[in-house]
Amino acid sequence: MNLKELYQEIILDHGKNPRNLKKTENFNKDARGHNPLCGDKVHIFLKIDENKNISDISFEGSGCAISMASASLMTDLMKEKKENEVKELVDDFLKMIKDSPEMKSKIISDDEKTKLMSLSGVKQYPMRVKCATLAWHTLTSAMSNSQEETNTEKFD
Amino acid sequence: MNIDNIKKQFPIFNNKVHNNDLVYLDSANSSQKPQVVVDRIYDFYTKEFSNVGRSVHYLAVAATNLYENTRSMMQKYINAKDPNEIVFTKGATEAINLVANTFGQKFLEEGDEILLTELEHHSNYVPWHYLRKLKGIKINFAEINNDGEITIESIEKSITPKTKMIAITHLSNVTGAILPIKEITSLAHSKNIPILIDGCQGAPHLKLDMQDIDCDFYAISCHKMYGPTGLGILYAKKKWLEALPPYQGGGGMIRDVKKEGISFGDLPNKYEAGTMATAQVIAFGESIKFLNQIGIENIEKHESELTKYGEEVLRKNNSVKLIGNPKNKGSVLSFTLDGIHAHDIATILDEDGVAIRAGHHCCQILHDKLGLTATARASLGVYNTKEDLDKLNESINNCKKIFDR
Repeated sequence: MNLKELYQEIILDHGKNPRNLKKTENFNKDARGHNPLCGDKVHIFLKIDENKNISDISFEGSGCAISMASASLMTDLMKEKKENEVKELVDDFLKMIKDSPEMKSKIISDDEKTKLMSLSGVKQYPMRVKCATLAWHTLTSAMSNSQEETNTEKFD
Repeated sequence: MNIDNIKKQFPIFNNKVHNNDLVYLDSANSSQKPQVVVDRIYDFYTKEFSNVGRSVHYLAVAATNLYENTRSMMQKYINAKDPNEIVFTKGATEAINLVANTFGQKFLEEGDEILLTELEHHSNYVPWHYLRKLKGIKINFAEINNDGEITIESIEKSITPKTKMIAITHLSNVTGAILPIKEITSLAHSKNIPILIDGCQGAPHLKLDMQDIDCDFYAISCHKMYGPTGLGILYAKKKWLEALPPYQGGGGMIRDVKKEGISFGDLPNKYEAGTMATAQVIAFGESIKFLNQIGIENIEKHESELTKYGEEVLRKNNSVKLIGNPKNKGSVLSFTLDGIHAHDIATILDEDGVAIRAGHHCCQILHDKLGLTATARASLGVYNTKEDLDKLNESINNCKKIFDR
């Protein structure tokens, strides 16, 4: 593993020009994620329809190329996915980032898997793993929270 | 001053990082340790170990003398009036917590105000923050100017009749600004306000004279001064250490303990409850000797020349934007690169063996003010050279190459 593999074209492309970087109109779920170590911030917006499908997903935020590319690739992937599929994909992705050599899910194409696997390079950089997983953890909390709950910023 | 000889005293530089020579530019975070300090810890544990200040056997007496010897060395190093004005803590963070906690307990009431600056490290904000809820106090922040400096005017403007304590950094760990602490202390005292200086970045790089500065409290981080981790020092004027209540209770800090009540020990024991970081204190004596051998004036001169050189090199690099432009600047070079996040910079530089820090450097208030979420920071120590800064610049260019593909 070297740097060129970590910062490969797809990550630089999505990192510099993130897709779905906006606020979904009429979103009905959202969550904020924050990586205090790096200062990476992500805010995920979801529009879930009556059949529990993600009809639209977007994000706002700032951070390093890895965190932005990860949020960009994730939001691309999750469009039109059902609630249970989202959970399966998040688990599969997190496993791949942690220790599994590849993604096993049958829901997505090999091409989509290859794209996500471009983030697997962070394994060699333990301090950067959180950059790659931030958006995915935030998606999980967005799915489980209502808008009111997650929009409250708490200060002690 | 021969930097090659100085560098040779630091065993860390014998190691390779990703097959490259180590270019260590993270001394504001923590400095590397000279061999004498490492050896002193080993020798103490292998030949001289005992707890201090309690038993009367041979080893205990010898260890107590060594421990107290560091206190006296530190007293001389910062020209404190009395060795009892040196309190050992677990770090500068604990030193500031000690003051905030005990001063807050005894002297602060609802509506009172503490004045900090926008440059403060979290360790000189969070300890005061607790008093907001506990005591209903207010915290004010003196504002930086466009160069990332705190001027005496900015402090003066922020003092109100309710200001009960001024707590400010000596040297910003982000912009490098060196604050006019002597003038600010004199201003504070003219209004009968005590002042605490967070000296984490000042003490390793600048000559200190407590009696000349005349501040009430000065917090020091020993691991940034070529010393061991787990050790800090609180300098406090004797009148304060006598007036304030103890911070932590436990063994070693008492005079008499009865079921009905307790009386506390004399200074410095009053503030050193429990078994202290004995080996670290004794080894820190070697750090002071190391600094004295080179001479802090020589270190100041070397680091100031290097900082100027670093600024020059980075200013010539069009994609680098330096953060802050203070007239009186310590050896900190914070910067951003167009279109490349600080963490990506740090990871790419690391591959070249160049160790820098990226993030908000525990200064979120300052980064919010600057409208930045993260910056990259190269910071210098006595072992750094111009070649290190050239290597930094080269590695930054490499970073651009990778991102411009």
